[in-house]
Amino acid sequence: MDFKSLLAIFLAAILTENYILNKFLGICPFLGVSKKLDTATGMSVAVIFVMVISTAVTYPIYTYVLVPNGLSYLQTVLFILIIAALVQFIETVLKKYIPTLYRALGIYLPLITTNCAVLGITMLVIDKGENYIEALVNALGSGVGFLVAMVIFAGIRERLEHNDIPKFLRGLPTTLVAASLTAVSFLGFQGLVDGMLR
Amino acid sequence: MEEKKSLWQEFTKGLIRENPVLRLVLGCCATLALSTSASNAIGMGLATTFVLICSNFVISLLRNIIPDTVRIPCYIVLIAGFVSFVQMLIEAYSPALKAAMGIYLPLIVVNCIILGRAEGFANKHKVLPSIFDGLGMGLGFTLTLFVMGCIRELIGSGTILGFQIMPTSYPGIILFLLPPGGFFVFGILMAITNRIAEGKGEPVSELGCAHCPMAGCCSISAQKEKGADK
Repeated sequence: MDFKSLLAIFLAAILTENYILNKFLGICPFLGVSKKLDTATGMSVAVIFVMVISTAVTYPIYTYVLVPNGLSYLQTVLFILIIAALVQFIETVLKKYIPTLYRALGIYLPLITTNCAVLGITMLVIDKGENYIEALVNALGSGVGFLVAMVIFAGIRERLEHNDIPKFLRGLPTTLVAASLTAVSFLGFQGLVDGMLR
Repeated sequence: MEEKKSLWQEFTKGLIRENPVLRLVLGCCATLALSTSASNAIGMGLATTFVLICSNFVISLLRNIIPDTVRIPCYIVLIAGFVSFVQMLIEAYSPALKAAMGIYLPLIVVNCIILGRAEGFANKHKVLPSIFDGLGMGLGFTLTLFVMGCIRELIGSGTILGFQIMPTSYPGIILFLLPPGGFFVFGILMAITNRIAEGKGEPVSELGCAHCPMAGCCSISAQKEKGADK
């Protein structure tokens, strides 16, 4: 568990296993709030925040409470509950103690409860059998990957707004085809991390 | 007779006119991820349909009991319970399907179709219409996934449900089985749907707050409404 393997996990989570473009998790916010750069960044930062914190909380609960007691089938129910409670808690704490951060991120927090990216990462790190540090790095990397995809896309969509596109292709269809082309370019990173660091 | 007709309408609207994926734009994640082959698509579609019918049934039964302020957490717990149930069933009877669905099986919990229908339909309607709504929406979802799965499987590997359709010399465009193909096929299907809707004078599909399950407690939609009032 050296620095190199952690870096490999981090880069893989951003580039080769990008949450949006490769795993299709968090498509709703991706299509819904990527219209403007500032909302896209706000949403992604909130997602990074919640992803890391919920992984930090669910991982020990799964390993030290559910598994020793043979309750691992409760994973789905418990995780979604923990995430919902956690998001609520973060919202309250931010509102009380860090109002500036709350104003920036607060509006996105309720949306994140039912975001599959968050539930996805907490389950994925357990599926992969990563240890605690690796899991946290993976969560951070996946969050950053989400941010990268959202920011790239906000730029593309701001450009698309001004183009003359047939009416039935406007909006979602063009966005999806553009997402497809972006995903093709992200395929180019395949093997990069293995080749460089492992 | 009147009653029967409206139940039939609740059932059929989900198939085409209010197709959850192509018209309401719900549940995109699962659609994109599990449409790599027609059989995966059917598995995912039926699992979601089952959860949807159960959750619509229970939520509409309990619609007068669950307090309004804590309804979303209640719904999520109910749905998570049903999903765990399906998860264990599939694990017991079809480990291959479980392996193919992987992480997306537990993620049915956060599939917005289910919460969206609970919030948008089941908590306002009686039990029987809710069940039919769940059935129609679920089958509409399955149908869309199946069509996408067939297209991607046919172009990607020349087969449908494992049967060889294209001549064996057809090499298969692997790209269609990879993530970009999912986005592409989905985009094209969406364009076709929009074209048909446009011809009928209906609005194009849009990912907005109208069908989002979280619209009630989210301030983005509240802001938009304020903006619309001005």
